Amino acid sequence: MLRRRVIPCLDVADGRVVKGTRFVDLVDEGDPPELAARYAAEGADELVFLDITAAPERRGTLLEIVERTARRAFVPLTVGGGVRSVVEMRDVLRAGADKVSLNSAAVADPSLISRCASRFGRQAVVVAIDARRVAVAGGAGAAEPAWEVVVRGGRDATGLDAVEWAQRAADLGAGELLVTSIDRDGTRSGFETDLLRAITSRVSVPVIASGGASEPDDFVRAVRDGGADAVLAASIFHRRIHSIAEVKRVMAAAGLPVRAVA
Amino acid sequence: MSLRVAVVDYGAGNLVSIEQALLAVGARPALARDGEALREADAVIVPGVGAAAPAMSRLARAGLVDPLLRWIASGRPYLGICLGLQLLFDASDEDGAETFGVLPGRTVRLVDAPTLPHIGWNQVVRRRDHPLFTGIAQGADLYFVHSYAGVPEGTDAERMVLAETDHGARFASVIERGNVLGVQFHPERSAGDGLRLLANFARWATALSAGMGAQWAPVGAGGTGGSD
Repeated sequence: MLRRRVIPCLDVADGRVVKGTRFVDLVDEGDPPELAARYAAEGADELVFLDITAAPERRGTLLEIVERTARRAFVPLTVGGGVRSVVEMRDVLRAGADKVSLNSAAVADPSLISRCASRFGRQAVVVAIDARRVAVAGGAGAAEPAWEVVVRGGRDATGLDAVEWAQRAADLGAGELLVTSIDRDGTRSGFETDLLRAITSRVSVPVIASGGASEPDDFVRAVRDGGADAVLAASIFHRRIHSIAEVKRVMAAAGLPVRAVA
Repeated sequence: MSLRVAVVDYGAGNLVSIEQALLAVGARPALARDGEALREADAVIVPGVGAAAPAMSRLARAGLVDPLLRWIASGRPYLGICLGLQLLFDASDEDGAETFGVLPGRTVRLVDAPTLPHIGWNQVVRRRDHPLFTGIAQGADLYFVHSYAGVPEGTDAERMVLAETDHGARFASVIERGNVLGVQFHPERSAGDGLRLLANFARWATALSAGMGAQWAPVGAGGTGGSD
């Protein structure tokens, strides 16, 4: 049976792992390949690097750390952040990544999804969707939840409905969706399971839940209530609040299939 | 003398992982971009993800299709990973591409899959034993990322399936016929058990090569003659 995945996410800037609530108050946390290898040894099912390097001329640094990571951690690696073309995606894959996640560039030009999928296969294309909750009036006065796609770390609204965009991205060739609740991100208040469920009930590609992880039980809810295939978290692992093994123990105890930590 | 493994490079994504995994198990990998590169090898690995048609056309442009077919026909060790397994069959339903035709059967879309692509760690349940599985538990989790899988046909079909995996329905996740092995998962991304499987492949390939001794026909452009 297919296992539900637990994925630590490493924010990388100028070749170093940083932490902070997304793009502010960055604190240097060390060498990405070093941390990646540690997480792989601790049972991470996959790894995600989110490159938040501001200056494009520093991108070579990213390729170098991707290669060093691929040579140390024998688990799949997804790289996101700033990939805007088929050529850039090719370079990241050649350096040793298995998947590339597209975010704002796919919103700006959705054909990027299909071009990347036809060149590298849809399994290599992850579309990252950052969503913010908006209230819309439903029938008979009920307020149905809805979410809008935002970009640039939540600073720019796009007017796109997140569930419709998820559907469209999958239709265009995304092999996987990484769905982040911007409202929950960095708040440690649990994943937004309504958002996850709204998307997982509409698409057949795997969905990775992100934004809000606090307790191991949150991972259980993202899978059981949200229908997520995989769950991503950053700070609770970086700050060693919970270990990957601990999260997996709780998931297994709740009856979810997980890969045993060696 | 460590095993020289030609890793066939036809421009399909990440080869760093397979190269490094082979180094980690004591083999000597070298990327092969043309048929000539197979001359120096003891074993061949064809990796790859994605669709069959672009892969076949890139292999053809690199002049690799015939050398690979001769390699397989000569009885030397071959390991196909993911797409490198699917290419062994007659054709792929994904885009209608005609593939190697070394094994009777077709590559078809996974049926009854709850999610597609099938991405993640899943159990590999073996139906019979093989040196490839030494030290790996029955039902071990290995990493998959694909939407299609090969379905063997013909009188040998059952025998070719070394292991199966379930994602809505069971499919063949390890295929074997003599000198040809194929795995639908990615051993180079499957942590400890993946490295164990590659180490087992290297040992099996070394033994197979030793057993065959000097009777191999060279595989270069001429097909016969030569002295490598």
